[in-house]
Amino acid sequence: MEYILSILFIFLQSFLVIFAVLMMAYLGIYGERKLWAAVQLRRGPNIVGPFGLLQPVADFLKLLLKEPIIPDKANKIIFIMAPLVTCFVALSAWAVVPFAENWVVADINVGILYIFAISSLGVYGIILGGWASNSKYPFMGAMRSAAQMVSYEVSIGFVIITVLLCVGSLNLTDIVLAQKKIWFFIPLFPMFIIFFVSALAETNRPPFDLPEAEAELVAGYQVEYSSSFFLLYFLGELAATFLMCAMITILFLGGWLPPFDIYPLNVIPGVVWFMLKVAFIFFMFGMVKALVPRYRYDQLMRLGWKVFLPISLFWVVLTASVLFIFDLAP
Amino acid sequence: MFASILFFIFSFLILASALLVITSKNPVNSVIFLIFSFFNAAGIFLIAGAEFLALIMLIVYVGAVAVLFLFVVMMLDLNFEELNKKTNFVKTGIITAGILIAEMIVLFVYYPEEQSFIINKNNELNSLTNTEIIGSKIYTEHFYHFQIAGLILLVAMIGAIVLTLRHRDNVRRQDISSQVSRDQEKNVELKDITFEESE
Repeated sequence: MEYILSILFIFLQSFLVIFAVLMMAYLGIYGERKLWAAVQLRRGPNIVGPFGLLQPVADFLKLLLKEPIIPDKANKIIFIMAPLVTCFVALSAWAVVPFAENWVVADINVGILYIFAISSLGVYGIILGGWASNSKYPFMGAMRSAAQMVSYEVSIGFVIITVLLCVGSLNLTDIVLAQKKIWFFIPLFPMFIIFFVSALAETNRPPFDLPEAEAELVAGYQVEYSSSFFLLYFLGELAATFLMCAMITILFLGGWLPPFDIYPLNVIPGVVWFMLKVAFIFFMFGMVKALVPRYRYDQLMRLGWKVFLPISLFWVVLTASVLFIFDLAP
Repeated sequence: MFASILFFIFSFLILASALLVITSKNPVNSVIFLIFSFFNAAGIFLIAGAEFLALIMLIVYVGAVAVLFLFVVMMLDLNFEELNKKTNFVKTGIITAGILIAEMIVLFVYYPEEQSFIINKNNELNSLTNTEIIGSKIYTEHFYHFQIAGLILLVAMIGAIVLTLRHRDNVRRQDISSQVSRDQEKNVELKDITFEESE
């Protein structure tokens, strides 16, 4: 009986986390549209609901009620499976993210590896969707995306290793608690920048949204997708973006820790700090989209392999040497 | 109990999807089933308590190797009907399977008891996490083997690059340094033009 109750409890927790992620996606898309509108001196969504707050709901219902169109020559099973894979992968990674101390569904030993593994699976949704559409533009987009995500995973891996050297554990809670003295973005600032840019490339966000560059590929791998399949892609991408924001928060910005451990700051609950930091990183992502023009594809590849990879490799060696020489290794 | 049921589910799925890898007609489906069997292998590692190996399996095989595999298979321009006629790998398959089975039998029958690869539950190493044990084993005890493996991989990588790197003269390339070093003085020229009066 107790066993069943504990399983039910885990189910409840998972639903809560999924609900939280979907709420983040809802507020995220609204906030992002308002932000881009403000940058371009427009008003943004302001018709549906107060301040246009219900615009995402209206869009959601519109997409849900549209007719799903599956191309005649498409591989139907894989065509339907691909957006599901994207959404499933992006949501399942949230199982190990600690929102505050002990606020985590699964506090596993190898949490950071789990997130890394799951986020490296995100490419399947895109590559399978692009192939199954049986159309040229989606296929081009899928190929670009696969090459891009595999390339930037390498530098993300090295950045994670640098942080792990300073922590001595793969557990996400331990990583946050190791930043009690100083948040890692100060000693590891170049790594923070590399991780930020690589996270943009890994989630196909602008300025690295080459897989769906509308000027060249119409909408890349999503060309043939409509209604709820498109919605699943959209949600999956947003959830993956927020996951990257949460990863930056955990690895570099001290997770749920307040900036200073003094009276008025440390009574605010950790989850508030965590969400504030995630929202800040998401704001930065949005600003990048608003301000930076799209990269050319060969520049993107060059940045990943010839700039980020050597720098992050050098920083791994440097961090290890400094920790060893000054006897700081945990 | 629960773990053994899971073990049977996972191993059944591995065998079933491995069978589908070699029997399915579309090579893309084959790769997808291969990925599925990798997943289940990771599941078996998890049941055995080797969470580090399970996730490395996912990252390396599913996240990198199989992506490139899928990539190549998708780009091949295959004629499926021709392909189906020529899939006669039964002899090679039986020989390979026979060698593998023989190796397993030799391993189980003649492996010395004291070096048993089955983990001793009372081992003092069990107080450490999986990751720490693997780290100390590879990077401390078997350091030279690790270095030799790395060197072999390096040679293979350089070999692959040498085999595929070729410079053709008539191909236009992006030269980043010359693009970045352009400035107004070198590239903009002001000329005095006298306009002729129109009639």
